[in-house]
Amino acid sequence: MKFDEEFFNLGYLDTLSYKDTFVHRLDPRIKIIVTFIFILFVVSFNKYQISALLPFFLFPVFLLTAGNIPIKAIAKKVLFISPFAVFIGIFNPLFDRQILITPFGIPVSGGWLSFFSIIIKFILTVSSALLLIAVTSFPGICEALSRMKMPKIFVIQLLFLYRYIFVLLDVALRMVRARDARAFGNKGKDIKTFIRLVSVLLIKSIDRAERVYQAMLARGFNGEIKVMKKYKPRFADIIFGITSVLLFYIFRNYNIANYFGEAIKR
Amino acid sequence: MHMADALLSPAVGGTMWAGSLATMIYCAKKLSGKIDEKMIPLMGVLGAFIFAGQMINFTIPGTGSSGHIGGGMLLAILLGPYAAFIVIASVLVIQALFFADGGLLALGANIWNLGVYPAFIGYPLIYSAIVKKNSNSKAITIASIISVIVSLQLGALSVVLETKFSGITELPFSTFLLMMQPIHLAIGLVEGIATAGIILYVRKIRPDIVDNLEVVKNTYSTGSLKKLLIVMSLLAIITGGALSWFASTNPDGLEWSIEKIYGKPEVPEKINPVTENLSKLQEKTAILPDYSFPSKGEEQEKSPSWPAVDTGTSVSGIIGGIMVLALVIVFGMGIRIMNKNRAKT
Repeated sequence: MKFDEEFFNLGYLDTLSYKDTFVHRLDPRIKIIVTFIFILFVVSFNKYQISALLPFFLFPVFLLTAGNIPIKAIAKKVLFISPFAVFIGIFNPLFDRQILITPFGIPVSGGWLSFFSIIIKFILTVSSALLLIAVTSFPGICEALSRMKMPKIFVIQLLFLYRYIFVLLDVALRMVRARDARAFGNKGKDIKTFIRLVSVLLIKSIDRAERVYQAMLARGFNGEIKVMKKYKPRFADIIFGITSVLLFYIFRNYNIANYFGEAIKR
Repeated sequence: MHMADALLSPAVGGTMWAGSLATMIYCAKKLSGKIDEKMIPLMGVLGAFIFAGQMINFTIPGTGSSGHIGGGMLLAILLGPYAAFIVIASVLVIQALFFADGGLLALGANIWNLGVYPAFIGYPLIYSAIVKKNSNSKAITIASIISVIVSLQLGALSVVLETKFSGITELPFSTFLLMMQPIHLAIGLVEGIATAGIILYVRKIRPDIVDNLEVVKNTYSTGSLKKLLIVMSLLAIITGGALSWFASTNPDGLEWSIEKIYGKPEVPEKINPVTENLSKLQEKTAILPDYSFPSKGEEQEKSPSWPAVDTGTSVSGIIGGIMVLALVIVFGMGIRIMNKNRAKT
């Protein structure tokens, strides 16, 4: 069932993010910035580019292996490719039929090139975003955001949201189970029942917010929330940052794959 | 509908990020002075509620397939525009990170598409214009449906524009529009009905909650909102449109027409050794070659570097690509083995 899986996945990524490896210990700010630069470099390629994109796999593979993340955790998500990207991409072969290359005598149209380019870009960007959270705890990300001068209310909102997602998902999971146990097929899953279920969930949530607020007051809450500062930029962070960006730059400007190919042919 | 990184160009993604960040900072400013302490846990819990609510599916009448709510408009009605925008943005951040819905670059676009329209157009300009304090359930239903539909239509239109300006899809603009807009009309109708149903039901069984929320909401609603919004959205649309038009690697219409006139995708130019060297230098020093930023101006605008067309390079691309992938895998396995050895000792 989808619900359980999503719930499990959220908790699983959370557990992974508390491991203690080289990449887990890096300053979250560096990781966020490097990942962002990585994505910018990847999407900046022209729409027919495939071979020059491949060296970029080095980055997600590094995070995956150095972070000791089980490949299954990420691959499952990535292989379940976003329907939207495929949906948009699949039209390219239909509309762009100009033959651009004929490697080994097989004609390949521009549309197929751009379709595969979209898919590769998709795998690279999605896996790096997932890996970012798998090697960085969510409070770490929030700390980084607050130190990168994001509005405080937004950072606090993220922290609160994250805390209560697990609680409310649990409530919702029980409600859905109860409904499914009483529903026959699709009977009982109509919009009318849905509205009542969600309304009750909403009321429960608002009541909970009230109790949370009371509990916070009881513990001395005065409208001020402090975000813990744990990380300091270290030598390793700077090295990681500079090396990654330098490599991205090289991969972007020199088609490594082509050089390899040329060398072999010779 | 979540936008994806793979469909965006850096300029479009960056522009949308700038727009969303600016809106967020504006909302934070609006809230900061007046925020009720009670609002902080309420916003957090309601964000989590949207998340949990999205996991509960229902069968869409007449189709048999199942769907879930988006909840942007519901949040705007419950919390007012500023707080709702912050909550929607936070939900999208979690979705981008944990569920890979979209991605980090597309996050800016997603916050814009799913946050700005319900919070700053659907709610203030439509919903609160129709629903007054003593409105009956019919008015609430109509207001919810219209505001949700308008917000979703604008969101879908933005997805189309963002994808188109990024120059990655070959879909003709009109076909793309025809695919996106009608389906979002249907989605909007269902979501509008669900939103109205939830508001009405909560109002019926727990009127105290609705009244309390109204009080909290009214502590920071200001009148100048509408004017500001119209200016803001116009600005955003203009800058977004202009920037991304120049930035797309393949501004299709323009490029094709040039190609037709000259038979080449580039305007013929007398080769001047100085400019040639300069552009070579520029190419070498550019961080993102063949990606023209708008600031470079037209005279230096080169045509998008067409992919390697000759067979020789495409074959070496394939061979080299396989080699590179193999190397990456070896690299990864090497680290794995290193880790295991370290764990043993």
